[in-house]
Amino acid sequence: MSVLKEISSNVRNIKQTECLVLFRRTNQIKEELRQGVKKPYREVIDVFWGDPHRAGLKPLSFVRQVLAACLYPQLMDGDKLMVDVKQRAQHLLRTCAGESVGSYSATAGIPQIVQSVSEYIVRRDGGVPCHPENIYISPGSQWALTNIFKVLVNSEASPRTGVLIPVPCHSTTIISLMTLGAVAVPYYLREEQSWALETEELQRALDSAKGVCNPVALYVINPGNPAGYVQSRKCIQEVIRFAAEKKLFLLADEVYQDCVHGKESEFVSYKRALGEIGAPLSDTVELASFHTVSKGLMGECGLRTGYVELVNLDPTVMKHIDNLFSTNSCPILGQFALDVMVNPPQPGAPSYPLYLKETQHIRALLAQNVRRVEEVINSFPGFSCQPLEGGAFAFPRVFLPPKAIERAKEAGLEPDTFYCMRLLEEAGVLFSPGSEYGQKEGTYHIRFCIMTPTDTMEEILKRLSVFHKQFMKEFS
Amino acid sequence: MPKLMTSLQEVNPRVRGIRLSPQSGLHSLAENITRDDIKGAPQPFKELIDVSSGDPQRAGMKPISFIRQVLAVCLCPELLSDEHLPLDVRLRALRLLEACDGESVGSYTTSSGLLYIRQTIAEFIMKRDEGVPACAENIFISSGAQRGLMVIIKLLSGGEGPRQTGVLIPQPCPHALLPLLDEAGVLAVPYRLIEDKNWAVDMSDLERALTTSRGRCEPRAIYISNPGNPTGHLQDRKSIEKVIEFVAAERLLLLIDEVYQDSVYAPNKEFISYKKVLFEMDKHLRDTVELVSFHSLSCASVAECGLRAGYMEVVNMDPGVMHFLDTMLCTDINAPVTGQLALDLMLGPPSPGDPSYNTFVHETLLTRATLAQNSQRALKLLNDLPGMSCRPAMAGIYLYPHLDLPAEIKEQAKTLGLEADVLYCQMLLEEEGLIIGAGDDGTSGSHHLRLCILVPPDTLGEVLSRLSSFHLHLADRKRNRIV
Repeated sequence: MSVLKEISSNVRNIKQTECLVLFRRTNQIKEELRQGVKKPYREVIDVFWGDPHRAGLKPLSFVRQVLAACLYPQLMDGDKLMVDVKQRAQHLLRTCAGESVGSYSATAGIPQIVQSVSEYIVRRDGGVPCHPENIYISPGSQWALTNIFKVLVNSEASPRTGVLIPVPCHSTTIISLMTLGAVAVPYYLREEQSWALETEELQRALDSAKGVCNPVALYVINPGNPAGYVQSRKCIQEVIRFAAEKKLFLLADEVYQDCVHGKESEFVSYKRALGEIGAPLSDTVELASFHTVSKGLMGECGLRTGYVELVNLDPTVMKHIDNLFSTNSCPILGQFALDVMVNPPQPGAPSYPLYLKETQHIRALLAQNVRRVEEVINSFPGFSCQPLEGGAFAFPRVFLPPKAIERAKEAGLEPDTFYCMRLLEEAGVLFSPGSEYGQKEGTYHIRFCIMTPTDTMEEILKRLSVFHKQFMKEFS
Repeated sequence: MPKLMTSLQEVNPRVRGIRLSPQSGLHSLAENITRDDIKGAPQPFKELIDVSSGDPQRAGMKPISFIRQVLAVCLCPELLSDEHLPLDVRLRALRLLEACDGESVGSYTTSSGLLYIRQTIAEFIMKRDEGVPACAENIFISSGAQRGLMVIIKLLSGGEGPRQTGVLIPQPCPHALLPLLDEAGVLAVPYRLIEDKNWAVDMSDLERALTTSRGRCEPRAIYISNPGNPTGHLQDRKSIEKVIEFVAAERLLLLIDEVYQDSVYAPNKEFISYKKVLFEMDKHLRDTVELVSFHSLSCASVAECGLRAGYMEVVNMDPGVMHFLDTMLCTDINAPVTGQLALDLMLGPPSPGDPSYNTFVHETLLTRATLAQNSQRALKLLNDLPGMSCRPAMAGIYLYPHLDLPAEIKEQAKTLGLEADVLYCQMLLEEEGLIIGAGDDGTSGSHHLRLCILVPPDTLGEVLSRLSSFHLHLADRKRNRIV
């Protein structure tokens, strides 16, 4: 008998994701293909994750060269590496204890890199001041988010702590909340208005929490994931005022801030908008904003590094946060990548031309993919896709026929998971189902990463087109 | 100014209750000193030396070339065609890249780590334990061993008051352990190791700790480090068997931190894993004792603390429970891929005949020799200092000397609300620019220091010189009644 049979109920109650069946089948199919089993496709295209490298994009050369040089400084002997690569590597190594990427770093991150991040934030936000003591570099933005949740969520309280989260929302955040014993209070984004966040809906969500839990925080994702919206300045300011009025701690997940494609769209950070509102709100609204090296053009998900900037927190609360963050140290290589992200090669630097070429290439293919996805998906009967303004995904709505929904129920799957299973099986394309992220009752969606090479995207759209026609015919 | 929203009362009481490790106090002090130093304030010492944590590379120990070369190539695949790099380096990098999605270290992996790496780890374990089976499905990679430990502790945690989960922990234990238990809402139940027996595990004290804890909490697990951290004690087979029998009888989960398994230097002593011992015991024990063992890159031979990766192997755990390990790990997404690859390199080093083999052997032997020599040298000096006595260590990267502090220091510490060994360390830092860890023995009433001895020999010389200078000066002060 297992000693662990009495698992903490917070953990036990976490529903096993349906996507496990998709992953298992994907691995089986890959194995079958390897063994030469004949299928209508030669390889599985996996665009389930927001993982550009997995989807086929190449990393940026400058950051990889700097990291390689930091790992093995002998690479800097001779002329193979550009001068600015060497200079950056040497500068970064000097910031490490023992000048090695193998030593632990300070709690909040390497001080010089924290400084670089704070300077980046000031530049990004048009001069709104940023204090380095408010920044914590962490092994990924989710890690930092979980730590902030830990501070806010009282797992022993009655009523339980609540956090308002958007529908749709990516699943890791929801799991973090559940393991902490918090209640996720959903507020629905309005799909037909490009996934708009309306304060009336926030109010409704807050009202629904009465008697159920004690909401202390409002979590927003901008640019969106899975939905591809970019919030307007006006919307952000309304949200800030709402949070101020209702005394909610604002958690702004802004990891896709470098992925804005909509021509009318502009990323405005919550911090900037707060600064522009001015006193007294700018001095009192508590805000945590998150960023990472995993997204954007670098796409270095595997390095596991991000940061959180904390604004207007009580100093004694910051002490506890400091203590909490001190329990683990952030990977040095990831911190170096962060430094490169906030301080990329500038015009005139030897590595700049290549850097420019690579980043322009990614931006161009992203723009192309956005155009093609909107064009093609919206042309399918049974599909509708809101404009893709930002982020790394498309999240179109699929209108499933009743027969398909019925068949899904018989198979014990959510209808959109069923659609994704069939798509995987018959077309060799792995998408994720909307049910993974939450959606309005009776609606179904699929999500796929659009940060792929252009020919991969064309292949995806082609296979999807063929599959969708057949699927709709079968269940008409 | 209008009241801020989150007042102290609203911070999660669990977080408020996380005790501050005295280490952090010392490090803040060190940061202040560094800042003053940068501003040009005169210091009585040339530069700060920090041997308070298990961070050999910080102190100047060199990394293993093979590991760094392979990782560099993985980061920069154009180096695959660089003939200045040994062929085996490039071939290994190629293999590792093929194991990564998108053939990039920048891709996510599953939460428990790349299967390929977990297979390498399983093979290493089987080889180490001479045939005891190990499989990848029982291995979970995390961002450092602590993270894995946290996952297990969180699974155990629950209950309030007398039903609160308790975990038996050794006294002394690693600094990070107590705050970890605080964070998880689990009660620490200390059991004393026997200093006179070179910090051996004392079964009678284990039993005492367990019995007295019942009623205050529900003890569900016991944590042991072998080789001991920070004591350097190495358990023999008999000692391990006794612990296994104890946990079986008391139905406790065994959490065994074996991070320093590669650092045994005492003559005629060998590391034997808990798993191996278990498998050579009674069938009934073999099939039922639940144990989780931890290892990581922060070990002695590799010491890549900054790469952040470790693993845990679970034995005899209910598969229904194991599923939750994945769930818990998924909130970290995955351990850094470069760290995961480094695990492969650590546990699957070059073989005889490979181009990198000689360098690898040379570097490994040098580290081992340095450790053994440092231990001997430091031990002698520490034991020669009045008021200091140190048990010999058999393994690990620390020495843990006992401090007999003068009454004046103890009183001053009391006035300042500090443990006396913490005060000692603060004074040492301020006067000599040397950061050594305080013993942090909590309620035991005795005082110790913890000092990392896996440092370059010259650095050790400097450390010992500063320490004796300070310590002798302290004795002088006592004599002259100036404190």
